[in-house]
Amino acid sequence: MYTQALDSPAAGADEGSEERERLERFQARIDRDEKIEPKDWMPEAYRQTLIRQIAQHAHSEIVGMLPEGNWITRAPSLRRKAVLIAKVQDEGGHGMYLYSAAETLGVARGDLIEQLLSGRAKYSSIFNYPTLTWADIGAIGWLVDGAAIMNQVPLCRCSYGPYARAMVRICKEESFHQRQGYELMLTLARGSEAQHAMAQDALNRWWWPSLMMFGPNDAHSVHTAQSMRWKIKRFTNDELRQKFIDVTVPQAEYLGLTVPDPDLRWDQTSEHYRFGEIDWSEFQAVLKGEGPCNRERLEARRAAHENGRWVREAAVAYAAKHQAPAHRAQAGAGALS
Amino acid sequence: MSTAAEAGSAEVSRAERIEYLLRLADTSLVAGQRLGELLGHGPTLEEDLALGNISLDLIGQARLLLALAGRIEDKGRDEDALAFRRDAPQFRNMSLAEQPNEDFAATIVRQCLLDAWQLETYESLTGSREEALADIAHKAVKECRYHWRFSAGWLVRLGDGTEESHARVSAALGALWRFTDELLTPDALDAHMAVCGIGPAPGLIRERWDARVSAVLAEAKLQKPPHQHYPWHGKRGVHSEHLGHLLTEMQFLPRTYPGVTW
Repeated sequence: MYTQALDSPAAGADEGSEERERLERFQARIDRDEKIEPKDWMPEAYRQTLIRQIAQHAHSEIVGMLPEGNWITRAPSLRRKAVLIAKVQDEGGHGMYLYSAAETLGVARGDLIEQLLSGRAKYSSIFNYPTLTWADIGAIGWLVDGAAIMNQVPLCRCSYGPYARAMVRICKEESFHQRQGYELMLTLARGSEAQHAMAQDALNRWWWPSLMMFGPNDAHSVHTAQSMRWKIKRFTNDELRQKFIDVTVPQAEYLGLTVPDPDLRWDQTSEHYRFGEIDWSEFQAVLKGEGPCNRERLEARRAAHENGRWVREAAVAYAAKHQAPAHRAQAGAGALS
Repeated sequence: MSTAAEAGSAEVSRAERIEYLLRLADTSLVAGQRLGELLGHGPTLEEDLALGNISLDLIGQARLLLALAGRIEDKGRDEDALAFRRDAPQFRNMSLAEQPNEDFAATIVRQCLLDAWQLETYESLTGSREEALADIAHKAVKECRYHWRFSAGWLVRLGDGTEESHARVSAALGALWRFTDELLTPDALDAHMAVCGIGPAPGLIRERWDARVSAVLAEAKLQKPPHQHYPWHGKRGVHSEHLGHLLTEMQFLPRTYPGVTW
């Protein structure tokens, strides 16, 4: 006890300088663009930032299945139905890789899901908007997946290896979804008058929420600076938002649709589009749970979880019963072939 | 496949070929539509994705079969015209396929009983004299093998899982069993298709289906319900009330905005 007490200040000082050195070595690795892997030492704050971000991303994929899943049974052709099922399924797959990437940081998928269901974890606010017409499926693919790609392509170079690798695959699929969404919008925009109106209405409703997907202005973004030092984030919210607008406005023009922003104009000097003020009060309200579908989305996830409880329990009970003698498991496999 | 290939080459009309194809196509379409309701709501993420996969396969089968029926009919109806512009009495799916997703047990029992039938039917149809159908069957049978593994695997887990899961799956089995009569009892068209070398021999599917399903029920510790005669057959256009609602939802866009491209 005594020795320990005497030794502790000195040890603390050593630990302090050791800790500083570790941090410096860690930052140097990041600066050299080395990938950080699960077994490598990392600062606790880096770990926590990544867990928060990857989990939020995973939750967004899972909750994002709901607004689009809402149209699977009503897709207007069998080809569109198949494409939509495949897309929603891809999103579930993205959720799965991302939960796995988060698990490499020492959290359990079950705990992350618990945080989502209890309302403690966030997911992308865009999914709290309703899908009211078929054109919304096109608008989500074109705008929401388009905005997601802007955010996510830089994450393929993120300093944390498992996240970066998951993002490579996710981005490939997202870009495919974005093209499918645009093609759907093009079909509607060039279709009948009613279809064109449906497409315009969808753009009117999804444009501003899509811009909000990039998060608050840089001046108000809490996490940006540190995340950029750690190369978790490579561009600021405003940079990505601007890039999205610059790419998307000509696409809207090609569709013959009008972007619902009276202040939108091309600025020759900066070679960027200038755009109107985002309604940040709406952003904050949706973030706080007051969006049009926050309640429904969480309810749907909770219902799936609750209704599935007896199924999961049955699987566990069956596995426990059949764990022991190997020949019984083999007999079971035989009957299923 | 021995049975169909060895059969004679009796005359078969265009209308009979179409009618027979619609039974297969509509069964896949309606079953795929039912599973499509569940995506995003499964008991685990893995099951969600598996059910989505099966739904996608079934819609894919329906597309190929409907397109083939449309080509044989030669009146300009494509897969979508057949899927979205027919009313319930014109649908020829097995009534089992349209039964609702009351809970995961009902979904699994429906799929399991149907998967066993589809697997045996497509296995047999790989030797069909209707060559385009045989080609589709070659593709479908691979998918059906996976569907069966999934649904039979879950039937066993639920049957031999907890008291609750056993009770739920037993109840679903009891409720859905009457619809298996239609799968296994050939009618005049089924018999004629067999004679023409297009469809499986009468009795073959019953025998193989029964062996397959009985083995899994035994493993799942589930009592096989007694045979129930149930002559209201969807394959002849006599459906349960559920199909009308399913089609109302599925067909609403093409019916609200007729004549446009999606």
